[in-house]
Amino acid sequence: MEESSSSSTRSAAQTEKMKEKEPEKSGKKRNKAEEEEDEELFNFKNKSTEEEEEDEDLSDSEDSIFSGLEDSGSDEDDEDEELSDDEEEEEEGLDDGDLKLEPEQTQQSCVVLQIETKKRTGGGRTEEAKQEDEYVHDSSDEESCVVLQIETKKRTGGGRTEEAKQEDEYVHDSSDEEDIRNTVGNVPMEWYRDFPHIGYNLDGKKIYKPIRNKDELDDFLDKMDNPDYWRTVPDKQTGSDVVLSDEQVQLVNRLQRGQFGDANFNEYEPQVEFFSRDVMLHPVTNRPADKRSFIPSLIEKEKVSKLVHAIKMGWIKPRRVEDDSRGRYYDLWANEDSSILARHKMHLPAPKIPLPGHQESYNPPPEYLFTDEERALWEQQDPCDRKFPFVPRKFSSLRQVPAFSRFIHERFERCLDLYLCPRQRKMRVNVNPEDLIPKLPKPKDLQPFPTTQSLVYRGHSGLVRSISVSPSGQWLASGSDDGSVRFWEVCSSRCLKTVQVGGAVKSVAWNPNPSVCLLAVALDSVVLILSPSLADRQVVLSSERLLSAPQEADANEGAGPVTWSEGEGEELNQGIRLKIQHPKAVQQVSWHAKGDYVASVMPDHSSNLQVLIHQLSRRRSQNPFRKNKGLVQCVSFHPVRPYFFVGTQRSVRIYNLVKQEMTKKLQANSKWISSMAVHPGGDHVICGSYDCRLSWFDLDLSTKPYKMLRHHKKAVRGVAYHRLYPLFASASDDGTVIVCHGTVYNDLLQNPLIVPVKVLRGHDITHDLGVLDVTFHPTQPWVFSSGADATIRLFT
Amino acid sequence: MGGLQKKKYERGSATNYITRNKARKKLQLSLPDFRRLCILKGIYPHEPKHKKKVNKGSTAPRTFYLLKDIRFLLHEPIVGKFREYKVFVRKLKKAYGKTEWSSVERLKENKPAYKLDHIIKERYPSFIDALRDIDDALCMCFLFSTFARTGKCHVQTIQLCRRLTVEWMNYVIASRALKKVFISIKGIYYQAEVMGQLITWLVPYQFSHDHPTDVDYRVMATFTEFYTTLLGFINFRLYHSLNLIYPPKLDVKAESELKEENDDDYAMNSESYLEKLSALSASLARVVSTAEEEEAELDQFPVEGEDMANMEAREKEQKQEEAQKKLFEGLKFFLNREVPRESLAFLIRCFGGEVSWDKSVCIGSTYEVTDETITHQIVDRPNIDKQYINRYYIQPQWVYDCVNAKIILPVEDYFLGVTLPPHLSPFVEEKDGDYVPPEKLKIMALQRGEKPAHEQEEEEEEDEEEEEEDDNEEEGDDSEEAEEKNLKKMEEQRSQGKSLSVKVTAGKVKVENPARLEQEEKAEEKRLAIMMMKKKEKYLYDKIMFGKKRKVREANKLAAKRKAHDDAEKSKKKARK
Repeated sequence: MEESSSSSTRSAAQTEKMKEKEPEKSGKKRNKAEEEEDEELFNFKNKSTEEEEEDEDLSDSEDSIFSGLEDSGSDEDDEDEELSDDEEEEEEGLDDGDLKLEPEQTQQSCVVLQIETKKRTGGGRTEEAKQEDEYVHDSSDEESCVVLQIETKKRTGGGRTEEAKQEDEYVHDSSDEEDIRNTVGNVPMEWYRDFPHIGYNLDGKKIYKPIRNKDELDDFLDKMDNPDYWRTVPDKQTGSDVVLSDEQVQLVNRLQRGQFGDANFNEYEPQVEFFSRDVMLHPVTNRPADKRSFIPSLIEKEKVSKLVHAIKMGWIKPRRVEDDSRGRYYDLWANEDSSILARHKMHLPAPKIPLPGHQESYNPPPEYLFTDEERALWEQQDPCDRKFPFVPRKFSSLRQVPAFSRFIHERFERCLDLYLCPRQRKMRVNVNPEDLIPKLPKPKDLQPFPTTQSLVYRGHSGLVRSISVSPSGQWLASGSDDGSVRFWEVCSSRCLKTVQVGGAVKSVAWNPNPSVCLLAVALDSVVLILSPSLADRQVVLSSERLLSAPQEADANEGAGPVTWSEGEGEELNQGIRLKIQHPKAVQQVSWHAKGDYVASVMPDHSSNLQVLIHQLSRRRSQNPFRKNKGLVQCVSFHPVRPYFFVGTQRSVRIYNLVKQEMTKKLQANSKWISSMAVHPGGDHVICGSYDCRLSWFDLDLSTKPYKMLRHHKKAVRGVAYHRLYPLFASASDDGTVIVCHGTVYNDLLQNPLIVPVKVLRGHDITHDLGVLDVTFHPTQPWVFSSGADATIRLFT
Repeated sequence: MGGLQKKKYERGSATNYITRNKARKKLQLSLPDFRRLCILKGIYPHEPKHKKKVNKGSTAPRTFYLLKDIRFLLHEPIVGKFREYKVFVRKLKKAYGKTEWSSVERLKENKPAYKLDHIIKERYPSFIDALRDIDDALCMCFLFSTFARTGKCHVQTIQLCRRLTVEWMNYVIASRALKKVFISIKGIYYQAEVMGQLITWLVPYQFSHDHPTDVDYRVMATFTEFYTTLLGFINFRLYHSLNLIYPPKLDVKAESELKEENDDDYAMNSESYLEKLSALSASLARVVSTAEEEEAELDQFPVEGEDMANMEAREKEQKQEEAQKKLFEGLKFFLNREVPRESLAFLIRCFGGEVSWDKSVCIGSTYEVTDETITHQIVDRPNIDKQYINRYYIQPQWVYDCVNAKIILPVEDYFLGVTLPPHLSPFVEEKDGDYVPPEKLKIMALQRGEKPAHEQEEEEEEDEEEEEEDDNEEEGDDSEEAEEKNLKKMEEQRSQGKSLSVKVTAGKVKVENPARLEQEEKAEEKRLAIMMMKKKEKYLYDKIMFGKKRKVREANKLAAKRKAHDDAEKSKKKARK
C-alpha cells in the first residue's frame, strides 16, 4: 500500500508539474508563433519597424528548433487538455484584451470577433488564432492599422501560411510517418529493379523511375564539378537524387559517431525519481481492499495440508544437512583386527607396473636410441608385439621435453587392466638350468671306448654301403656302390684285395664262425659267398670243405625260388665260390652265429617271400614265413638261442625257429626302422630308425622300448653292439657316429645303464648322406664306420 | 542303475562361475553400475581352467566372475545406493519435464550420496595392505590434479586430487622418504620408501592434456573416486604417524613469514593456503612441537647366526641411507623460472636443501636471487646474463642424478651449455651378464670413492699422438698374435681330425694346455649329458638357454652400438681438429 501511495503521490506530483509546464509551453508556442509571424512581418513591414522586431527575433530565436520538436512530438495526448487550457487562457487573455482594447476603436474589436469566430470554426486553426491573438496583445496602439493590414492579408492568404506552416512541421517531424508518395511499403526496392516503375502512388498509378541518362562519365564529371556531390544521395523510394541539408549531414555524422540524433539532448540530466524511498502520506489509489485479502485462502490451505500430509507420510524429507564428510578423513585403521575376510585370502593384488629402464629416459645413453632399421621395425610391428610402447628419444635439456601424448591412454589402460583382466597366479619356473642336466657317470670312468679317429681307409669310388670285420679282427670287408668288395687289413689300412662283383653291393657280412673264413655279399638279386682266403690254411680248408658239401639240394632245386650255382673260372680266382640267385633284389644278408645259415632280405610289399634262410652245408634255402607281415627291413639271428629277429617297418618280430612261432613283437615307436642289432647276451635289441631315433629294447621288460635316444639330428642308418665291451654305436646321416656305453647287468633287477660317451665326427656329408654303416672290432674297443664320402674310418 | 539321471553342468566348476551378464542380472544393476561396483569393490573376472565346461559346452568368449564374489557383492550397501540414485535421476527427469522447479531443487538437495570408507577398510584390512596398493592411486591423483578445470570431470574432484597430492608430497618431505627419481619421456617417476614399502608414482609434465576421445572418463572417474578416499585415509594415518597435524598446517614460523610477504597479493587466506602448502617450501606444524627431532639410536640386536661382517654391512647401509637423507643439507638452491619448480623444490626439500624461486613464479619463495649465500642456481637455458661468482649455475639434471647416485656429483658436467651426460634409470639393477652403460660404471666408481677418470680423458686427448704411435706398436703385436691364433686353430683342426689330407710335414711340438683340455672335456661331458635329457626337461632347458642367449645377444648389441657411437664421436672430434 505504501508503494502505491507513494506512486500515487508521485503521479500527483507529476500532474502538478505538468500543469506547471503547460503555461510555459503555451508561452513557448506563443513565442514561436510570434517569431514566425515576425518573419512574415519582414516581408510586409516597413523598414521603420525592422529594428524593434529584430530585438524580439534575437530574444526568441534560440528556442526555435526545440520548440518545434516539442510541438510536433511528444505531447500529443495532452493536446486536448492543452487546447482547452489554451482556450480558457485565451478567453482570459481576451478578456484582458477586451479590457485594454475597449478605449480603442471598434475596428479592432471586430477583428477580435473575427478571431473568435475563427476559433470557433475549428481546433486545427487555434494556433493561428493564437498567433493573431498574441499579435493583438503585442502590437501597440500606434500600429493597429498595420495590424489590420496584416489581418486582411492573412485573411486572404491564410491558406498559404497555413500550408507553409505545415510544411515546416514536416521538416521537424522526426516521427515515423514515411513518405507515402510511394505505396509499396517497406519492401526491398531491388524487386523493382527490372521494372520501369518503382511503385504506386496513392491513386494506384505507377510511379515511373526518373529517366536517367547519366552514364559513368557524366557521373564522374558531376563528381568533379558538383560541390554538393558528396551530399547527394539517391532516394530508393522515389529513385531521385536528394541533396542533404547541412542539418541532415550533421545528423548523419552524429549517428555515425554513436551520439544522439539531437545535438542539444543532454544525456546526463539528473535522474528524476518517480518512486522515491519516502513514504507518502496518502495512498496512490483510493481503491478499497479486496474481500479476499481478509479471508484465509482455501487453495493455500489445501496446499499446506498436502504438504503436511506428505511430510507426515515421509514423502518429503527434511532438508538434508550438508554432508561435508566427503573429504573428511579419520584413522580408518585405528583398531586393526586380524579378522581377514575369507575372500581376502583368495584376493590377488594387482601386479605393479614394471619400472622404467634406461631407454625411457629423456636423455638416454646413445646406445638405447633406435637406429633407422630398428625404428622401421618398430613401426612395422603390431603395437602388441613391440618391445616398448614408445620410441626412445633424446632431448638436450629438460625444458625441451614435451608432454607424453599417450599418458592418459596408458593410465586408462591400466584402469582397464585392473578391473577387466582375470588375474592368475603363475608359478614361474625358477630352475637352474644346470640342475636339469642329468648327472651321468663320467665318460672317463666308462673307458675304454673309441675317442679319436686313427685310420682312414680310402680306395672306393662310390659310397660304401656296408662293412664287416672278420671274427679274428684282422680283416675288414667293405662293399660299395662302385661294384667292388674290398678287403682291408685293419691295422695298416692296406687294401689287400679287391673283388669286382659287377653291381652295387648292398650288404656284406663276414661269417662269425672263426673256424671258417667266408663272406656273404648281397648285390642286386644275388647273394655271393666269397672265400677270400685271408686266414690260416687250416681255416681256408675248413671253409672250402663247408662249401663243397654234398649236393643233396639238387633234388629240390626245381621247387625252390632260389638257384644255387658255383663260381666259375675267373670268379673262382677272385674267390667267389657260390652264387645264390634270388627272385628279387636282396637288401641284406645276415649270418647265424654258427656260420652255417645265412639269411637274406628281399623287401617287398606284396609277397610273403621276403626273407630266405640258406643253409650252406646242404645248399638248401627255405622261406620261413607264409604270410606277409609288413615290409621287412632287416633280419638277425639270436646269438645263442634259436630265435630269429625280423625288423619290419614299425616293429621287430621275434620268432622261435624251433617252435616255429612268433614269441614277441617289439613296438619301436618309430616310423621306419632302418637297422637293428642284437646284444651278444641276446636280451637286448637296439633299433635305429629313419626318424632320428634309437630305441633300446629290454626283452625281459616289455615290448616297448626301454629307452628312446634322440641323439642324432638326422636319420639313423646303422647300429652295432660290441661283442665284448658294453658299447654300442649308431651311425647317422648327420655325419656322426655316437658311441654309447650300455652296461647290461646280469642282475635282472637292475636296469641297463645307458650313457653316451663320445660323438665321433669325421665323415663328410655327400648328397645328404653321412655315415652309412658302423661296426665294432670284435675284440678291441674300436669302431669302424663307412660313409657316403667313399671312405671307411677307424676310431680307436 | 536306479537313481536320478545326473544332469550336465549342475555340479563342479560350472557352478563356481557366473557370466558377467548373469551376475549383472542377479545384482539387478545396469552395466555401468555393475562396472562401478566392480571397480570400487575390486572384483575382477576369473579365467576358469576348463572354459568349455564352465561355459556349458559353448566356446563363445565370455567373461566369468566367481560366483562367490558376486554373492559377496549382493550384501554391499552401496548397491542400494546405486538403486536409490537411479530412482533419484528418474524423479529429477520427471520434475524437469513438468518444470516443477521447486521439487527439482528439493530433489537435488536430497541427492543420494555414498561413502567408501567401509569398502576401503574391507579391501585393505591393514594399513600396510593399503600402502602396498597406493601406486596406482598416486599416479591417478597426480594425473587428475593436472587436468584443466573444465569438462572432463568435476572441479571438486580435481581440487581434491590436488589437495591429496600436495599432502602426500608434504608427507614425503617431512619423512624424507624419497629414494629415487627418474625423468622419463612420459613424466617424472618418484620412488619413496614408506614403512618399508617401496612406492613408485609417475607425475606427468605440466602441460595441458589434449584429451583423447577413445578413453572412457567415467571409468577413470570411478577409480579416482576410490583412490581419493584411499589416499585421504592413508595421508591421515601417515601424518599422525609423524605427529603432524592433519589436515596439514604450516609451521607457525613459516606461516607468519609467508603472511608478511604475501598478504597483499592474495585476497583470501583460505584460497592461498593450499597454494602455500603446494609451494613445498615451508615445514609443517606438528601436534607436539618438538624443537629437534630426536634421533632414536637403533639398538643393535645381533641376530643369532649372523656374523659380524653381515652386521657391519647392514650398519654401513644404514649409515649410507642416513647420509642420503641429508644429501643437500647446507646447500642453498635457487630455481630459475624455466625449470619445473614443483618437482625440483620437492626433491631438494626431500633431501634437506633450502630452495627458493622468483617471487613472481609462485608463492612461498623465501629468498631472492641476489642472496649471496646461494650455492647452486638451477638454470635451464643456454646462457645467463648476470652471474654471481660464488655459486654454481647448473642444469636441473644434476639434482636428479645426485639423488640417484646418493652422492653430490661433480658439477662440471652440468654447467650451462654443456652437453649433459645421459640420465640413467635408477630402477635398473644390472645382474652380471647384463649390459651396463659406461656412465653407470662411472657413477659406481664415484660412489666407491674413486677419483673420476675425467681428467685422464683430457690428458688422453693431449697425448693422442703418442697414443697413435702406441697403436701402431699394438698393431704389430696384434699381427703376431693373429699368427699365433691361426696356428692354434690349425692345430685344433688337426686334433679333431678335420684336416683330411694327411701330409708329412715337419712336425711341430704340440703344446697341450692341460687346463684347456680339461675344459674341453667338461664341455663335451655336458653336451653328452644334455643329449640324455628327457624330452620335457630338454624343452625347458632349451627355453632357458634361449632366453639367456637372447639376453647376451642384446647386451652385445648394445655394447656394439655404443662402441660404434663412440668411434664416430671420436672421428668427428678429430675431423674438427
